[in-house]
Amino acid sequence: MASPLSQSIIRLHEERHELEDYQGGVPRWCSGCGDNAILAAVQRLCRDENLAPEKTVFVSGIGCSSRFPHYMKTYGFHGIHGRAFPIAEGVKMARPDLHVFVNTGDGDCCSIGAAHWIHALRYNMNLTVILHDNHVYGLTKKQASPTSPVGLKSNTTPRGSVLEALNPLTVTLGVQNVSFVAQAVDWIPELMYDIVSRAFHHRGFSFIRVIQRCPEFLPKMFEPWLHDPGKTLLLTHDNGLRPSAELGRIYKNQRAHDPLDIHKAREIASEEDPIPVGILYQNPEVPCYEDLRGAGKPRTVEAVRKGLDAEFDKFTIWPDEAGRQRAA
Amino acid sequence: MSETAQLDRKTQAKATSARAKPAVTLPEHIVEVISDSGEGAQRCGQSLASIAARSGNGIWTVEIIPAEIQPPARSVAGASGIRIRIGSKAVTNGGDETDLAVAFNEQVLLGRVRAGELKKGATILLENMWREHRDPAIVKSFDDTVKSLVKDGFNVVEIPLERECRSLMNDPRRGKNMFVLGMLLSIYSLDLQLGRDQVALTFGKKDRSVIDANVKLLEAGFAWAEANLAFKYAIPATRSTVPQVVTNGNTAIALGVLASGMDICAMYPITPATSASHYLSDCFEKVGGMVHQAEDEIAACAFAIGASYAGRCAVTITSGPGYSLKQEGIGLAVMAEIPLVVVNVQRGGPSTGQPTKVEQGDLLTAIYGSHGDAPKVVMAVSGIEDCFYSMITARKIAETFNMVVVVLSDASLATAQTPFPRPHFSEDWLAPPVDQSPLPPGAKPYDWDPVTGIARRFSPGQPGGMHTVTGLAHDRNSKVAYDPSINEESLRARSLKLAAFQKTLKTPPVYGDPEGDLLVVGWGSTKGVIEESVDRMRAEGRKVSSLHLRFIQPMPPGIGEILRRFGKVMAIEGTWGDSLKDELIDENNRRYTPLAMMLRSRYLVDVDCWSEARGQPIKPGNVVTALRAKLDEGK
Repeated sequence: MASPLSQSIIRLHEERHELEDYQGGVPRWCSGCGDNAILAAVQRLCRDENLAPEKTVFVSGIGCSSRFPHYMKTYGFHGIHGRAFPIAEGVKMARPDLHVFVNTGDGDCCSIGAAHWIHALRYNMNLTVILHDNHVYGLTKKQASPTSPVGLKSNTTPRGSVLEALNPLTVTLGVQNVSFVAQAVDWIPELMYDIVSRAFHHRGFSFIRVIQRCPEFLPKMFEPWLHDPGKTLLLTHDNGLRPSAELGRIYKNQRAHDPLDIHKAREIASEEDPIPVGILYQNPEVPCYEDLRGAGKPRTVEAVRKGLDAEFDKFTIWPDEAGRQRAA
Repeated sequence: MSETAQLDRKTQAKATSARAKPAVTLPEHIVEVISDSGEGAQRCGQSLASIAARSGNGIWTVEIIPAEIQPPARSVAGASGIRIRIGSKAVTNGGDETDLAVAFNEQVLLGRVRAGELKKGATILLENMWREHRDPAIVKSFDDTVKSLVKDGFNVVEIPLERECRSLMNDPRRGKNMFVLGMLLSIYSLDLQLGRDQVALTFGKKDRSVIDANVKLLEAGFAWAEANLAFKYAIPATRSTVPQVVTNGNTAIALGVLASGMDICAMYPITPATSASHYLSDCFEKVGGMVHQAEDEIAACAFAIGASYAGRCAVTITSGPGYSLKQEGIGLAVMAEIPLVVVNVQRGGPSTGQPTKVEQGDLLTAIYGSHGDAPKVVMAVSGIEDCFYSMITARKIAETFNMVVVVLSDASLATAQTPFPRPHFSEDWLAPPVDQSPLPPGAKPYDWDPVTGIARRFSPGQPGGMHTVTGLAHDRNSKVAYDPSINEESLRARSLKLAAFQKTLKTPPVYGDPEGDLLVVGWGSTKGVIEESVDRMRAEGRKVSSLHLRFIQPMPPGIGEILRRFGKVMAIEGTWGDSLKDELIDENNRRYTPLAMMLRSRYLVDVDCWSEARGQPIKPGNVVTALRAKLDEGK
């Protein structure tokens, strides 16, 4: 069937973007760093969704992961350690028309910014959030992070860390208003892309934990998982991921999981080996804070004038009764 | 027991006709109402102030706030109340000691007496229900206190508040304040009808029956005072010819935010700043704004920075500890050149300090806060009207120079009320729409002007302007740069912006003669007190003038010339400064008050300082004593 002429005209006017339209500076991450895999997936997403670069903002904190915005050719805000969430919330509240992404690391999100993380989940603003979790501090040269496994030898834990690792998935799924939780691994790019794409299309706070390698400080940490596909558990569902047949032939360890089921999601979240990959939870019904607070409403001079006059009226002493009458 | 304490309603009513009682005319009077927390003394006092202002009197209120929500009843520390200074002319501060105090029990009164807040021989109207209390210890405490007050020369008048109110209300504790308001209207010869209007306004949101019950109490208090009190005052008033607004400083700040074109305020609850956000929360959304209560002070600052970055200059409002927490965020806004307005309603410090008390201790933190060289504009509000207009000014400066503007207020202005002319709305107050125009090829996000240091700000949504802002050192393209010359180039640009802004400032006027023996320099809430003290000194024939700074960083031009026209210069501040009277203190280790230090270092003038950090607004009488001592120094 022929498409209406008007649609064709719109398409002609629409600017199509290529990958290079999103490629900023040359990444300074180490070769083999999981951050590169995330960058590739995100740039592909921007192209496939044809996001206007000027309408797209990447907000980050501090750490290796948080260099991310510098490598995009969109607007970016490389903030301060732990505060990516509140900065991104401010951006979104002021400008709900923008696509806002957050890139944060396991130190940035789960340690110094942990309070903001919990509350960001509660606000459920429409942000696409990627937790680059390599289980170690990289930029400051190998200290234990909250997600480091117990026993990890690092510069601050030379005889091995003594605390159990924090599990970002169980924490996330324990917070009221959580609306989207997924887990990806840097060594399966196809699923990384699918998950980022699902997260982008979810309206709300889409939280993706990416388990990623740090070739510099923890080079061997995920080798068993790389060598044995059976140690990765694919979560599949019509409402979740539908891996390709090729991928299915490699990753045979699969489980059907409905992302609407939060109880099952919590069970899966606490499984660490095999590593679950996919959409753990999605609830499209959770309201977004910016909608509840009326973000983006046009503000007119007349409305301010009227509002201000109404407020002044509450406190005004009129010189005469006539003035009071006029105000009334 | 004093003679007046023996007053009996019926006999007194027969003895004197209310109309026959002559009113003593006074130029001004200071009255305090003091009660346990929750008995409504503040509402009573605010209403009195409002009625006096409506009648055309000058007023200034000072709230007496305990740090706890429900401190123990009948305790010295639990005193909750308000001071109202009523004058014939405009009143700019809380004045010296109280002339008339109304107290709901003797313990809350004692706190004020011990602090020296009552004038010698002041009249005290004291609730006397405690005389018949079932606990003999309370009866004794009451009796002993009254005796000692009378011995000290106070004119104690016992008043049967409980007895009178019980006949009108089931819970007299809830109604005494309006009865007292009625009494005060009678005492100060104010119009009872204005009182009825005020009650209707105060309880406007409540049921009609609540208003009626309170009007009854008001009328009863008025009638009781007419019939039973031997004294009556009149403070001549002149009604203003222009509409006046009566608010406290925090409400004025909130109204200023509303008028400034900012539409996002991010905050975290903290005393004494929070009431500004309370008021704003109520009215902001009606005009398309919003107050975001963040999870903490750091988040509030970061949220405001995010909103500002996205094109809509935002404000965060806080007090001392919250201001400390925001420092890293403020540094980010300085480095990334994101406009931001930060309001610090100062309280006593350091640390938790005195949350409900006034202090001016944050000046240097405001100027030098955040690590590294982080130039920002610091301005201080000096009165209620200034609270309103400063928010509009602050937003404009922030957006013109892409800078952080810190506005310092304090706990005394936060709750003080005085009328000011109703502002006439101007479209110029509002911010222009967010710039979404495409940028020309090659446009740089930090294209610092070589003379002013100013660069055009790019906002998300502008095609061609894509870049990543960062708190890292960066070049004109916002690219991370560790090049030594680039670091200096950006430091220079950020510093030059302060100079560029300074060039737009006018020399502030000298209060009094342009030259003389002593110049007093102040900033912030002490303006009224300092100027009143100068007036008193000049009435004594002393050659004293004052200068009040609205902008402290940068300082306006011409200050050094003014300082040099006076024989002596002294800064007066409500914060700590070392005294040379202390054995160990000498010129080598003396810590001058912050403004004195700033003036000394900038102008190389020997500026002395005098300060008080008692948690109370400074009294003009104390300033006058300090000025006399300074003038007579070396004689």
